[in-house]
Amino acid sequence: MSASIIVLVEHLKGNIPEISYEMLGVARKIADASGGKVYALIAGKGSSALATGLGAADVALVLEDSSADVMNDDVLIEALKQAINEKQATLVLVGCTNISFGIGTRLALRSGMPFINWVKDIKTTEGEMVVTSALFGGKVLSDIVLKDKKGILGILSGVFPPDAGKIAKQPSIEHIAKPEIKSKITFRSLMEPKAGDIDISRMDVLVSVGRGIQSPDNIPLAEELANALGGAVSSSRPVVDQGWLPLTRQVGKSGMNVSPELYLALGISGAPEHYEGMKGAKLVVAINTDPKAPIFDFAHYGAVVDCLEIIELLKEEIQKRKGTQ
Amino acid sequence: MNAYVLIKMAPDPVEELDIANDGKSLNAEFIRFKSGDPDEHSIEQALLLKEKNGGKVTVVALDAPEVDDVLYTALAKGVDRAVKISLDQTQLGSVATAQAFASFFQKEGISSDTLIMPGTQAIDDIEGETGALLAEMLALPYIGVVSGITLTNGGAKAVVVKEFSSGLRGEYEVELPAVLGIQSAEKPPRYVPVAKIRAVMKTAKIETVDLSEPDKAKILEIERMYKPEVAGRAQILEGDVKEIAAKLAEIFAERGII
Ligand SMILES: Cc1cc2nc3c(=O)[nH]c(=O)nc-3n(C[C@H](O)[C@H](O)[C@H](O)COP(=O)(O)OP(=O)(O)OC[C@H]3O[C@@H](n4cnc5c(N)ncnc54)[C@H](O)[C@@H]3O)c2cc1C
Ligand SMILES: Nc1ncnc2c1ncn2[C@@H]1O[C@H](COP(=O)(O)O)[C@@H](O)[C@H]1O
Repeated sequence: MSASIIVLVEHLKGNIPEISYEMLGVARKIADASGGKVYALIAGKGSSALATGLGAADVALVLEDSSADVMNDDVLIEALKQAINEKQATLVLVGCTNISFGIGTRLALRSGMPFINWVKDIKTTEGEMVVTSALFGGKVLSDIVLKDKKGILGILSGVFPPDAGKIAKQPSIEHIAKPEIKSKITFRSLMEPKAGDIDISRMDVLVSVGRGIQSPDNIPLAEELANALGGAVSSSRPVVDQGWLPLTRQVGKSGMNVSPELYLALGISGAPEHYEGMKGAKLVVAINTDPKAPIFDFAHYGAVVDCLEIIELLKEEIQKRKGTQ
Repeated sequence: MNAYVLIKMAPDPVEELDIANDGKSLNAEFIRFKSGDPDEHSIEQALLLKEKNGGKVTVVALDAPEVDDVLYTALAKGVDRAVKISLDQTQLGSVATAQAFASFFQKEGISSDTLIMPGTQAIDDIEGETGALLAEMLALPYIGVVSGITLTNGGAKAVVVKEFSSGLRGEYEVELPAVLGIQSAEKPPRYVPVAKIRAVMKTAKIETVDLSEPDKAKILEIERMYKPEVAGRAQILEGDVKEIAAKLAEIFAERGII
């Protein structure tokens, strides 16, 4: 059976994020293996212009809507449903992202296809498709077999190569009409991040603290270490959610993307949502008491010790080397 | 305002997550259940809304290990009502869970000021987001990854902040009744002393609601569950803490970081 795959392409402020190319790349691979087709669905203001860059798809389905900086989900789901019917789609790929959150599940109910979340791998054989879902922040993997190779998959960021989805050719463009849906939700405005004291996305060194830092009283210790290293303190989400640091310091899916020379992670488990924001770091060093913490899978150096025990010592060693002690 | 917070008990990943002998599920022996962070934030957000606008907050959960503790804690924090649905949560997938909640809300009745607040997402499910599924089943509007809610138009509408990426957020207006998947509250969840929870356990009551089993417990079957092979990219530094600190300083110096 040849695959007919729809990829939901995201865009915000005129930019298409890497995840969309990652999905296009894996869709291309599956389609080529089965002699199928890839459709890239893109909707909202500026879609027509952006669609020309989606060369990994055979066809771009374009729902241009100059009034929608961010497309209404209800309209988008209906457009996807119509596209599934029309193109006899067997697979639909949506990003496991905040923007696309909740689309896959609702589309599943409307289309009768199953939805699988947190997809990390897709393997196709003659007879079936095995989809791997990463649960518990990547600590446990589950394989699900799709016998008819049909499904809606929520794809994790950063697991498929984006370059495979960047092909320098133009897809053929098919404009689609905006479904007539009366939504009870209106998008009002885009809110820029509040200018923080420090822009962590520009720092060369980040000392990043997670739940393992245990108490707000320990944040100053991390600050001192960061000072010694000439950097700043960033954090994972729970630290911000508990009010220990401002939102401007959060790294990850909902926070900032950072790409420092050194990312020193203290007591961070390395959930996919966190990894997403720090995957650009050149050198990752992880300190974690759990030898099985997922962060060790992508850190360059690691130590299985208590971060509270090492902070002070590390600061001293650094000061010694810098001759500032 | 008539707010409902949905609480899900999920295995705490801080504990060892062991695979059971069937190779398809977690070894129940070692699991400790806890409510997710988003659910805790959802309780907080509902209480903040109540403090500002008045109204009522109900917490609802399916039956699961340790769930009573979480429900009593919510009562101690100031929630008005705690309801437990007599279906075993651990046997149901997200779609079946959403079906159970849909019939619960049909029984309860949905008023023009109803706000259903599940957490955005739990970490243990393959089938997707219960909140979005529930909204679809009840034909209500849904917004997920919410980190702020202000009621407007005398409680007929809500202005909602949704997180996007790179610190960007979007502001939306939504008509009530609605389902809002909460990611974080405007303030960190409040603390409640154990003594107060104990006192509440003596005086307050958890209501139980009986519902019939949904048609299909799970849409998808897990074929195999396993631990990821640790790619082991990290070079693990050995030694005592002081030696490790010295090694790290050396690595930083070699790389020209210090
Ligand atoms: C829609 C959505 C968006 C999200 N966005 C983000 C985001 O932008 N950024 C983000 O970070 N997360 C985000 N998350 C949350 C993410 O899934 C994880 O829950 C979070 O990253 C975990 O943070 P953590 O590693 O600090 O905590 P945990 O996962 O609890 O890990 C703490 C770690 O510290 C270790 N530890 C404990 N004590 C010590 C000690 N004394 N010394 C050393 N190590 C110790 C433990 O072994 C553990 O590995 C999002 C989730 C969702 C659903
Ligand atoms: N069995 C359940 N009982 C109560 N609430 C649930 C249940 N399953 C899911 N939820 C709610 O839906 C949210 C998202 O969970 P999930 O769909 O599992 O990602 C949770 O944070 C809960 O608020």
